[in-house]
Amino acid sequence: MATRYRISFPHIIFIHTRCDQRGSVVLCEMGLSGVRLQPLCVRSLSLTASQNATLESPPARADSTFKVTMVPGDGVGPELMTAVKEVFKSGDVPVEFEEFHLSEVQNMASEEKLNEVLTSMKNNRVAIKGKIHTPMEYKGELASYEMRLRRKLDLFANVVHVNSLPGYSTRHNNLDLVIIREQTEGEYSSLEHESVSGVVECLKIITREKSRRIAKFAFDYATKKGRSKVTAVHKANIMKLGDGLFLQSCAEVAELYPKIKYENIIIDNCCMQLVQNPYQFDVLVMPNLYGNIIDNLAAGLVGGAGVVPGESYSAEYAVFETGARHPFAQAVGRNIANPTAMLLSAANMLRHLNLEYHSNMVSEAVKRVIKQGKVRTADLGGYATSVEFTRAVISNLSA
Amino acid sequence: MSSMMILLVLKCLSQIIFYCICFAFQMQTVTIIPGDGIGPEISTSVIKIFEAAKVPIQWEERNVTAIKGPGGKWMIPPEAKESMDKSKIGLKGPLKTPIAAGHPSMNLLLRKTFDLYANVRPCVSIEGYKTPYTDVDLVTIRENTEGEYSGIEHVIVDGVVQSIKLITEEASRRIAEYAFEYARNNQRNSVTAVHKANIMRMSDGLFLRKCREVAENFKDVKFTEMYLDTVCLNMVQDPTQFDVLVMPNLYGDILSDLCAGLIGGLGVTPSGNIGANGVAIFESVHGTAPDIAGMDLANPTALLLSAVMMLRHMGLHGHAKKIETACFDTIRDKKVLTKDLGGNSKCSEFTAEICRRVQDLD
Repeated sequence: MATRYRISFPHIIFIHTRCDQRGSVVLCEMGLSGVRLQPLCVRSLSLTASQNATLESPPARADSTFKVTMVPGDGVGPELMTAVKEVFKSGDVPVEFEEFHLSEVQNMASEEKLNEVLTSMKNNRVAIKGKIHTPMEYKGELASYEMRLRRKLDLFANVVHVNSLPGYSTRHNNLDLVIIREQTEGEYSSLEHESVSGVVECLKIITREKSRRIAKFAFDYATKKGRSKVTAVHKANIMKLGDGLFLQSCAEVAELYPKIKYENIIIDNCCMQLVQNPYQFDVLVMPNLYGNIIDNLAAGLVGGAGVVPGESYSAEYAVFETGARHPFAQAVGRNIANPTAMLLSAANMLRHLNLEYHSNMVSEAVKRVIKQGKVRTADLGGYATSVEFTRAVISNLSA
Repeated sequence: MSSMMILLVLKCLSQIIFYCICFAFQMQTVTIIPGDGIGPEISTSVIKIFEAAKVPIQWEERNVTAIKGPGGKWMIPPEAKESMDKSKIGLKGPLKTPIAAGHPSMNLLLRKTFDLYANVRPCVSIEGYKTPYTDVDLVTIRENTEGEYSGIEHVIVDGVVQSIKLITEEASRRIAEYAFEYARNNQRNSVTAVHKANIMRMSDGLFLRKCREVAENFKDVKFTEMYLDTVCLNMVQDPTQFDVLVMPNLYGDILSDLCAGLIGGLGVTPSGNIGANGVAIFESVHGTAPDIAGMDLANPTALLLSAVMMLRHMGLHGHAKKIETACFDTIRDKKVLTKDLGGNSKCSEFTAEICRRVQDLD
């Protein structure tokens, strides 16, 4: 039962040599003419694949499920994960979660725990996680656990989907943006030192290789999803060498994609334009800190941190989480957090695992509940609790 | 020829009489730097409006093109520096930075010359100029000398660049003190420090510690701290929850432009720079707009509101209120508006309308 996959990012080419009794069904999935390139899906690399013969009817109950690492994180993370688990159980989704509780603030973090999480992620290739809060006081290491996790797995690209929810109107409606952020270098290098007492230096590192990598990712993503424009966000008029290098790398990569329009804009002008006329943007690509700012700004434009899903990619792994990453500690135990973002992200995860049917089922259910407007959590102006919202989604699942 | 002579004589006479009156009424001198592009026309507008409001100010016009001083360092012309040091208050129009001029940007030069450490930008919703965000009333105070804009960058290896962000105790303390004093003097309720100390633990941690220390001495003003991303998230959902925001350089740049976007853009946003030694320069932050320069189409609102901020700084609150009310009434009425505000009047007509209202308010 040897299964070999050869991966070359961003396109994944399968050389499938399975020869057990399920061989024929698997081939069917790949196309009737035998092994065929599937350039349009980024598949996970688990050792078992589920069968999705058709998209309309639910697939035959697979006796193999996907294994996904789950790290609930801090704050309302555990509550949101419970919502995801309940929805998956009711929807009969063939996904099994391996949970790890890694937390810096609750003293549940150590090197061994981090290594356990990393091993599990490397095996499963797909993970879903909440926010691991970084406390402001540091003991020894300047890098937080979340940053170290990102670096060890080399999760260099963070993609946040900013889509207006149908039925919920904000100051700017019908938004459809994608924000791609480089998340391993830049201002978050954790290289700080106090050279003289009272003077602290913090280093921001920009490399050509990583800038090119994120630019290529952005253009590939735009091509794959049929987007027309990529805008690079920078501050090269002030940080001439650093952001200048980033901008130059983006321009170089842009030349390889003549069909996609390329523009650049300075970060402060970008923020101003986002609140005045956000429709002029399509895909935005930027270094680390600006990404953090624009992620949150754009999330605020469509309804807040509770409604925006996001994911992080490396060449081999995919981690699904919310778009605006906050632990939201003040809502812990009060049952008021909005599970929408996490549920939509879980639906994206299912699409990534090629479980199209289940993915559509979950996302349609969530969107239907929001559109109906009867059950809404406090951040969307309603009075429902998280549990009530989850229940409403579950009851909308089968329809 | 003779008419020119007569004009010259008349001008001298009027200057003499003017100085006599100034001397009698203790007029304050303000250095005005018209700037480039639309700078001269909007400066003229502001001077006209101030005349109509009978503000006791005497203008000294100066130019600040960079010149090479002895020693090869770029500096502003010595007359400009002298004038500013004497008057302590300045009003500046937009300055252009030519790309290959070889000298650093003019704004940077001015900042270094007068040690302008605080940039203050009050953002108040303008009643006649509708944006999706109503009832905005906040002030962003940004540290303007260090932080990410220190300009220290190195190429370590080909393809790897490092930029250094510098945070010092002295500068952080100074800006925090200014923020709290501003809050106290302008009857604001709270000061929020904006930072990213969870990521940049040492640098923003130092900034935050200094803010906390200074807050101890100003118990009458509420002090809160918030992460930069949380501020951005909440700002676009509900900007009314913020009052005074204090932050280091880069975050200040981004947030102040974000707030300007909330109220309608850089064409209607005032701004002031406070320096050590009591120097204060108020400016309009928009560009020079070379495409409409000289065509009488410019909108003087930004420079006018900055001038109003300057009046308040000087203590002339009555005149400030009068001019501000006249300006806002004109915009609310929507009869005489410049092109960027949605009308089709000329700059001079807009100015005349405000002058008329100011005189009516007397």
